[in-house]
Amino acid sequence: MALDTKSKKQAIAVREVATNVLLSVQSLRVWFELRRFGFGIVGHVRAVDGVNFDLHQGEAIAVVGESGCGKTSLMKTILGLYKPTEGHVIFEGKNLSEMGSRGLQWYRSQVGYVQQDPFGALPPFMNVQRIMEEPLIISGVKNRQERARRVRKVMEEVKLFPVDDYLSKFPHMLSGGQQQRVVIARAMILEPKLIVADEPVSMLDASVRVEILKLLRGLQTSHNLSFIYITHDLSTVRYFSERIFVMYAGKIVEIAPIDSLLKNPQHPYTLALLTATSDPDANNAKSFKEVPPGEPPSLVNPPTGCRFHPRCPKIIKGKCEVEDPVDIVTEPDHVTACWLYQ
Amino acid sequence: MADEILLDVKNLVLHFATTRGPVQAVDGVDFQLDYNKAVVILGESGCGKTSLAKAILRLLPRNVKTYSGEVKVAGKDVMLLNEEEFRQNVRWVAISLVPQAAMNALNPVLRVGDQVSEPAIIHLGMKKEDGLQLALKMFQHVGVPADFITRYPFELSGGMRQRVAIAMALVTSPSLIVLDEPTSALDLLTQANIFNVLKRIKKELGTSFILITHDIATSSELADSVAIMYAGQIVETGEAGKFFPAPLHPYAQKLMASVPRLRANKDPDFIIGQPPSLVNLPTGCRFAERCPSRFEKCVQDPPVIKKDGRLVKCWLYA
Repeated sequence: MALDTKSKKQAIAVREVATNVLLSVQSLRVWFELRRFGFGIVGHVRAVDGVNFDLHQGEAIAVVGESGCGKTSLMKTILGLYKPTEGHVIFEGKNLSEMGSRGLQWYRSQVGYVQQDPFGALPPFMNVQRIMEEPLIISGVKNRQERARRVRKVMEEVKLFPVDDYLSKFPHMLSGGQQQRVVIARAMILEPKLIVADEPVSMLDASVRVEILKLLRGLQTSHNLSFIYITHDLSTVRYFSERIFVMYAGKIVEIAPIDSLLKNPQHPYTLALLTATSDPDANNAKSFKEVPPGEPPSLVNPPTGCRFHPRCPKIIKGKCEVEDPVDIVTEPDHVTACWLYQ
Repeated sequence: MADEILLDVKNLVLHFATTRGPVQAVDGVDFQLDYNKAVVILGESGCGKTSLAKAILRLLPRNVKTYSGEVKVAGKDVMLLNEEEFRQNVRWVAISLVPQAAMNALNPVLRVGDQVSEPAIIHLGMKKEDGLQLALKMFQHVGVPADFITRYPFELSGGMRQRVAIAMALVTSPSLIVLDEPTSALDLLTQANIFNVLKRIKKELGTSFILITHDIATSSELADSVAIMYAGQIVETGEAGKFFPAPLHPYAQKLMASVPRLRANKDPDFIIGQPPSLVNLPTGCRFAERCPSRFEKCVQDPPVIKKDGRLVKCWLYA
């Protein structure tokens, strides 16, 4: 089962991309090797297994899935922190795996990253000013006044007023919401074209969450940024993204515009996610929820055929457990990888 | 004592001593809970929800400054009991706890069956074999396969560990279980499954629940009544059916408005500012600083007012 990665990598040709596409992910696989005693490969964790999508300039997408479905691995590969086992990540026509160190430095100035846990993402021994200047210093902005001007500008954009009060503070002196603003400002300071946010609000309190989401959405529209929002919470997605990608066990199972997904979910897994998401309503307590039993599969030995088939209530016997489902266009812009719609 | 209510908490106070002064984590909390009902205690982090759970179960750290009030369990004031009596007669016998991050609360070196049967062996004086039998029965209630009984916690997934923790709270058949953020670390589908389990237990065994959480949307899955906590105090209590559509207290209204909804096309709002520090609490209404409808009276401590069968601590309804 071991994959000859080198020969496969060459076998997949780079697909042509349209000019308004900022980021193109093509048949991406990220597999991690499992070794026994540090030697001999005994298997692979197939964290991302054949993902394709194009992200347009100025578009906000959301990747929704449960923990362990590979959404963080996908994001880290897009950020250039993991190397693809197979397939390509193309940013503005340039292949990420062919960029040299200079190329990667440029790439990282074009892509901002908002981490999940703001406190863990900020160095505790640096004050806010130093944290914000760090990316500028690395990317070679030598003029001190120029740096101060840009720090001030970006901090005003994330509404950390008055700026002077915050500059000398250390991360532990800020509240969770303020810390997350600093993280966002740091991601914005090099004026990137793409922001990747990994569960940016899951560590924050309910009352602050919406504020941060609105801030991110505001920045996205005012700067015409492309945005990848990674989350497990479907209820926040609708305020944020134009297109939703539902991911399950390393694969994208459904891609749809938000309204179409909410009104007409097609993949049984998407339907299960929507059913499991509660709205505050006292009637919820009166009935049981229909949720598929079991847990997501191990990514070392994923089920054959459709990976959702062991939990799927609508399984087609003899088909779903044998053949990998193909992407089926069911409505305009609505793509589902499910045999039900063939 | 069938006409007695199960839990009656009156003026419960729990302050901690710190170098910065007393932290008023629980500051005069009143609420009631009847048999076979579930109350949800909602609040943001740092409002004292977990301290309230600990105060009810008397699981206190060493730096307690004040611990007073009345906690009546089935009509008996358990605050008057000494530590040993409380341990023997109340904790895990009448009230048990599913701790926060229960997935990591299990002992990694003991088999889960032994852990689940331990409360029964200690509190009910059962033999080990009987305890394991009882544990098996509890596993059935919470949906853990019977052969898991000889496994170690690391061999179980997060959802299964959570179910084991619930089984452990159930094993002595207490009339009340305190759940402290039972599903916050779990995946969406697992979370829905756990709430199904809790609903089934409530229906089949007639257990009461105190559910402590910050997740308003999922809390409605179990709630019969709701208590909103802010800065160490309960600012509103009421039936879930009345609360969720129309909360009374401005903080509760704002909190409800901040919930992103999947099904309603409503733009969520947020609350400006931050909750006050529990060391330096403002005099008067503790929410006044962030309140959109504040007026002159709010500098005084608001009374608890009965309105429409609900209790609300706000001058607006005086």
